[in-house]
Amino acid sequence: MHEWALAEGVIKAAVEKAKERGMEKIEEIDLKIGEMQNIDMDIFRFALSQLMNEFGIRAKINISIEKTKFKCMVCGHEWHFEEFEMGEEEKEMIHFLPESIFSHARCPKCGSQYFEIVEGRGVWITSIRGEK
Amino acid sequence: MDYFHKRRKMIDARYSVIEERLKNVKRIIAISSGKGGVGKSMVASTISLILAKKYKVGLLDLDFYGPSSHIIINADKKPEEKNGLIPPEINGLKFMSIIYFTEDKPSPLKGKDIINAIVELLAITIWGNLDFLIIDMPPGMGEEVMAIIKFMKRAEFVVVTTPSILAWETVKKLLIFLKNNKCNILGIIENMVREESIKKEIEKSFPYMGSIKFDYDLEKYIGKPSKLLESKFGNEMEKIVSKHFLIAP
Repeated sequence: MHEWALAEGVIKAAVEKAKERGMEKIEEIDLKIGEMQNIDMDIFRFALSQLMNEFGIRAKINISIEKTKFKCMVCGHEWHFEEFEMGEEEKEMIHFLPESIFSHARCPKCGSQYFEIVEGRGVWITSIRGEK
Repeated sequence: MDYFHKRRKMIDARYSVIEERLKNVKRIIAISSGKGGVGKSMVASTISLILAKKYKVGLLDLDFYGPSSHIIINADKKPEEKNGLIPPEINGLKFMSIIYFTEDKPSPLKGKDIINAIVELLAITIWGNLDFLIIDMPPGMGEEVMAIIKFMKRAEFVVVTTPSILAWETVKKLLIFLKNNKCNILGIIENMVREESIKKEIEKSFPYMGSIKFDYDLEKYIGKPSKLLESKFGNEMEKIVSKHFLIAP
């Protein structure tokens, strides 16, 4: 997902959720971002700050990166993203659409394309703190 | 106060932006069928090309296993990155497909991966102002249909069948499913008609949009959009489009 599109999703979701919970002021947002999203943190943080200004929010944003874990559904092997051998162009495609990894990669042990993403995908708000 | 830790529930940040991406799209029309090989992609691409002569149109290919719209419209440009992905304009219509991320390789996606890929595409694609967003759906009633029902509640379904009993029996199941889920069914297009039409059978239960005769020359026009529009198939599609695909002034 692109950094700006992602940041927009985060801020909109946080605003919606805060409203739903009757929260008047958002003070802190915790985010969990999958390693597979391959986010440029400088751009992402800049986009978040710009969007927070637009929405009139001044919140601290804590970001943790979840390491990617894959599991082969044929041989059971488990591995991480860095174990895939792929070029920059393929990495860029995965950055935009993480599921494209199923087109570009295989299990490093048995060569199967039948594997699953166990962890490390997506952009999640894990917590929002603020005043009610 | 920490509300979410208490609930042990995380929020997918992509969901809230989907509506925003589609807010300036007047009509969303999913071209579907219970059966493969009935000409969905030809119908979806041709409808899009016809509409693009008069309206602002987007074409989204959601057939991840067998994307083919890009071949029909000869998509030779790539999306541009600007606060998301701006779909390239091809023959007057904005186009997005999984092929921009998988190239010509197979994409063996499983259930939840399909949903994730759709959500991601909907979240990152900046369509802008559109009169119509046409969606080329895969055959059947898998995750893609569920995703449309969940994330594009106002989508209208155009269902394609052929006169073959094998196609119609399967297509009927999709139609019943759509009806059960209170989806808006715009109508049925009967494609590849040779001699026998099943118009009367279809009309008993569903709105019939029109029939398209089997065009033996159609293969020649794949990848040649202007010739496709001039073909017999294109002309017959034009009649259906001018009658059923309108935008209220």
